[in-house]
Amino acid sequence: MNKKTLAFPYVFWSVAFIVIPLGMIFYYGLTDKTGAFTLENIATIATAEHSKALLLAAWLSLVSTAVCFLLAYPLAMILANMNVNQHSFIVLIFILPMWMNFLLRTLAWQTLLEKTGVLNSILAFFHLPILEIINTPAAIILGMVYNFLPFMVLPVYNALTKIDKNVINAARDLGANSMQTFFRIIFPLSIPGIISGITMVFIPALTTFVISTLLGGSKILLIGNVIEQEFTQTGNWHLGSGLSIVLMVFILINMAAEAFFDKNGEGTAL
Amino acid sequence: MKKKLITLLILAACLISLTACGSQGGENGEVIVYNWGEYIDPEVLTSFEEETGIKVVYDEFETNEIMYPKVEAGASAYDVVCPSDYMIKKMIDNDLLAKIDFEKTPNAKEYIGQQYYEQSREFDPSNEYAVPYCWGTVGILYNRTMVDETVDSWDILWNEKYADNILMQDSVRDAFMVALKRNGASMNTVDEAQLQEARNDLIAQKPLVQAYVIDQVRDKMIGNEAAIGVIYSGEAIYTQRENPDLEYVIPKEGTNVWIDSWVIPKNAPNMENALKFIDYMCRPEIALKNFEYITYSTPNDGARDLIEDDDIKNSPVAFPDLSQYNGLETYSYLGEEGDALYNELWKEVKSE
Amino acid sequence: MKNTLRKLYIGLIFLFLYAPIVTLMVLSFNASKTRAKWGGFTMKWYLSMFRNEAILQALSNTLIIALLSSLTATVIGTVACISMQSMKRRNRAVIMGVTNIPMLNADIVTGISLMLLFITLGLRFGFMTILLSHITFNIPYVILSVMPRMKQLNPSIYEAALDLGASHIQAFFKVVFPDILPGVLSGFLMAFTMSLDDFIITHFTKGPGIDTLSTKIYTEVKKGIKPEMYALSTLIFVTVLVLLLLVNKTPSGKKKLRKR
Repeated sequence: MNKKTLAFPYVFWSVAFIVIPLGMIFYYGLTDKTGAFTLENIATIATAEHSKALLLAAWLSLVSTAVCFLLAYPLAMILANMNVNQHSFIVLIFILPMWMNFLLRTLAWQTLLEKTGVLNSILAFFHLPILEIINTPAAIILGMVYNFLPFMVLPVYNALTKIDKNVINAARDLGANSMQTFFRIIFPLSIPGIISGITMVFIPALTTFVISTLLGGSKILLIGNVIEQEFTQTGNWHLGSGLSIVLMVFILINMAAEAFFDKNGEGTAL
Repeated sequence: MKKKLITLLILAACLISLTACGSQGGENGEVIVYNWGEYIDPEVLTSFEEETGIKVVYDEFETNEIMYPKVEAGASAYDVVCPSDYMIKKMIDNDLLAKIDFEKTPNAKEYIGQQYYEQSREFDPSNEYAVPYCWGTVGILYNRTMVDETVDSWDILWNEKYADNILMQDSVRDAFMVALKRNGASMNTVDEAQLQEARNDLIAQKPLVQAYVIDQVRDKMIGNEAAIGVIYSGEAIYTQRENPDLEYVIPKEGTNVWIDSWVIPKNAPNMENALKFIDYMCRPEIALKNFEYITYSTPNDGARDLIEDDDIKNSPVAFPDLSQYNGLETYSYLGEEGDALYNELWKEVKSE
Repeated sequence: MKNTLRKLYIGLIFLFLYAPIVTLMVLSFNASKTRAKWGGFTMKWYLSMFRNEAILQALSNTLIIALLSSLTATVIGTVACISMQSMKRRNRAVIMGVTNIPMLNADIVTGISLMLLFITLGLRFGFMTILLSHITFNIPYVILSVMPRMKQLNPSIYEAALDLGASHIQAFFKVVFPDILPGVLSGFLMAFTMSLDDFIITHFTKGPGIDTLSTKIYTEVKKGIKPEMYALSTLIFVTVLVLLLLVNKTPSGKKKLRKR
C-alpha cells in the first residue's frame, strides 16, 4: 500500500470543508443579489462607517497585540529558564483557563469592571477613585489581552526553549554581555515564535465581535460586529462576504510573514 | 488494511453521531418552535409533550431581525415561529408563511379577544396567517431613587444629567422609534429628512448612553446599574417585583404597540403538530400559566378572566387602556428599500 | 532580589488570568440571582443544576462533540502527517498552506464559510453540521503538533524495522507511533480544548434545538446568566484541575515518553 494514498481522507476533507467554503465566500462577495459579478461589496469598505469599524478594530487589536507581547515575552523568558521537568505543567496552566467557557470568562470581566462591580467596590472601600472603563475601548483591549495572552506566551515560550544553551554559552565565552546576548542571540532566534504569537493574537482580536459586544456595551462597532450583523440581522450575505474578503487580506499578509520567517514550514504554534 | 481501519473508525464516528442526533421524536413526531428568549413557561412545554406525545424542539431568538434570515434561508426548518407585527408582514410579502387552518385551532377562535385580531389586520389584512400570543408597548423604565423629576417624555433620554445612566434598545426599529416619536414623526416614516434628523439625534445621544442592550436591560435595571432604560411593557411587572424602586411609563409623545403572534412557515415539516401547538397555547389555563411566568400581556380573554389577583387583572401596566394615550402606532413593514435605509443609518449611529 | 521580582511578575500574571475564574466560582455560591448583589452563601445552584435538563443536555452535547471531533481530527490529522512525510516538498507545502487557513482565518469567516456550504448542500442544521465544522477546525491543531515530531524521526529506524522482518503495520505501531505519540496526544488535547471552548463557529453552524454550553451561555447572557451555569463551569474547572494535578504528581510515565 502506498503511503501517499493515506493523505486522501485529509485532502478530501480540506477541499470539501476548507477550500470550497472559502470559494463560496468569494462567490458571494463578488456577486450581487442577481448573481452578477460586482466589486461593490468589497468597495463598501471605503464607506465611512465600515472603514471606521475596520480602523478601530485594527487599532484596538494592534494595541492588544503589543500589550500581549510586552507581557508575554518576559514571562516566557522566566518560564523557559525554569526547571525543564515542569514543561508540560506550564503549558497546561495556560490552557487551563480555556476550560472555563470563553463567554463566561469575558462576562466575568463585566462583573469585575461594572460601575458597581467587584473592582469598584474594592476601590471604593479603600476610598480610591473608581474605574470607569466598562463600555469603553479600554475594556475591549483588556478583554482581548485577557483572552489571547496564552496564544502569545506559548509560541514564544516554545521558541525560547528550543534555543540551544550552548549557543548562549558560546556568546558569553566570546565576551558578550547579557544585553548583547539577548539582542544578538536570544531575541533573533525567538522571532518565529513571536511572529506566530502575533498572528494568533492579532487575527482573532481584529475579527472578534463577542468581546466588543460584552465589554463594549454594543456602543463600539468593530468590523467583526459589522460582518456578524450583515449575516445574522440585515441578511445581506453578499456584503458580509465582501467584507470578509477584505479581512482575508490581513491573513495573507500574515501568511507571507510566517513563510518568510519560518522557512521550514514547521509552525511553532504549539 | 490501515486505510480500512481508518474508514471504519470514521464510519463508527459518524454512526455514533447519527444515533446521537437522530430524531428522538416523541411517539407522535415533533414540533420545532422558534420563539423569543424566555418567552414561555418551560412547564407548558413539558405538559404539552405529556398530553400530546409530540416532542418539542425549542430554539430561541433575540430580535426579529435575527429570526428572519434563519427562516428565510430554510436551512433550519421551523414549524412555529413567534415574530412581531411588521416582521409578519415582511414574511407574508416574501411568501414565507403558510395559512393557518383556524378550524383546527378552535381555542384561537374562541378565547383570543376580537380587538387583537382587528389590530392584527394592519399586518395580516385578512387574519389568515397569525394567532396573537403577547402584546404590549415600549416605554421608559426608571429608578425612582435616581431620577427626581417626572418622567413623561422621551426627552429624558437626552438629558445630560443622566449621562452614562441610560440604557437604549439595541435594535434598529426600537431605537429609531424613540428618536422619531420624540420629534413628532411617525415611527414608520421613510422620509429622508426625518430619518436624518433622528439619526443625528441618536448620534448626539450616544455619549449619554451607558450601553445598547436588548434583554440585559432587565438585569441591569434590577441591579441599579442604570437610572433609565427603554424596555418592553411585559418586563415591567417582573422588574418591579424584583426591585420596587422601578417605575414604567408610556411617554406622552406616543409609542409602539406591538403584537407577537404565532405563525407557521411554509416549509414547516410538521404542519399538523404546529397547529396542535398553537391551539394548546391558546387554552386559557395555559395562556394564564405563560402570563404568570413571562409577565407579558396576553390577548387571551379567557386567561385574563382566570386571573385571581384583581390588582394584576386591572393593572394599567399589564392591560393598559390604549384609548388614553396619544400617538400610538404599530410598526409596519417598510419594504426592502426602507429596511436598507434604516439599517444604513443605524450602522452610522453605531460606528460613530 | 531578581528572583523575587520574577515570582512577583508570574504571580501578577496569574492573578490576571485567574481573577475572572475566581469571580465565577464565587458567583456560583451566591444566593442572589443577579450578579450585582451578594445574597449570602448557598449550594442550591449545584443541586438545581443537576435537575436542569437543558443545561445537562448542552453539557453532554458539548462533550460528545468535543470528543468525537477531536478523535476524528486526531486520526485524520495523524494519518495525513504520515503520508506527507513521503510527499514532494511542493505538494507538502500546498497541503500545509491549506492547513494553515483555518488557523489563520478569522473564526467568523470560517464559521460563515461553513454555513454557506451547508446551506448550499441543503443540509439540515443540527448536531452533524456542528460536528463537521469542529472536525474541520480541529485537524490543523493536530497536524501542527504532530508534524514537528514526524520531522525529528529518523527514517532509517522504520526501514531497519522493515529489514528485520516487521510488516508496515508492525513497523508503524512498534517504532514510529511511540515516537510521535506525545505530539498526537498534545494535538488531541489541544483539539479537544478548542472544540470545548468554541463559540463563534458553532454559533453559525448550529440548528434549532441543539445547544452547546457556549451557545447556551450566549443566549443566557442576554436574559441574565442562570447561576446554575456558574456552578457547572466551576465543577468542570475543578475536575480538570484535579485531574491535572494528579497526572503531574505521577510524572514517571510522561518522562519516559519524552526521553525517547
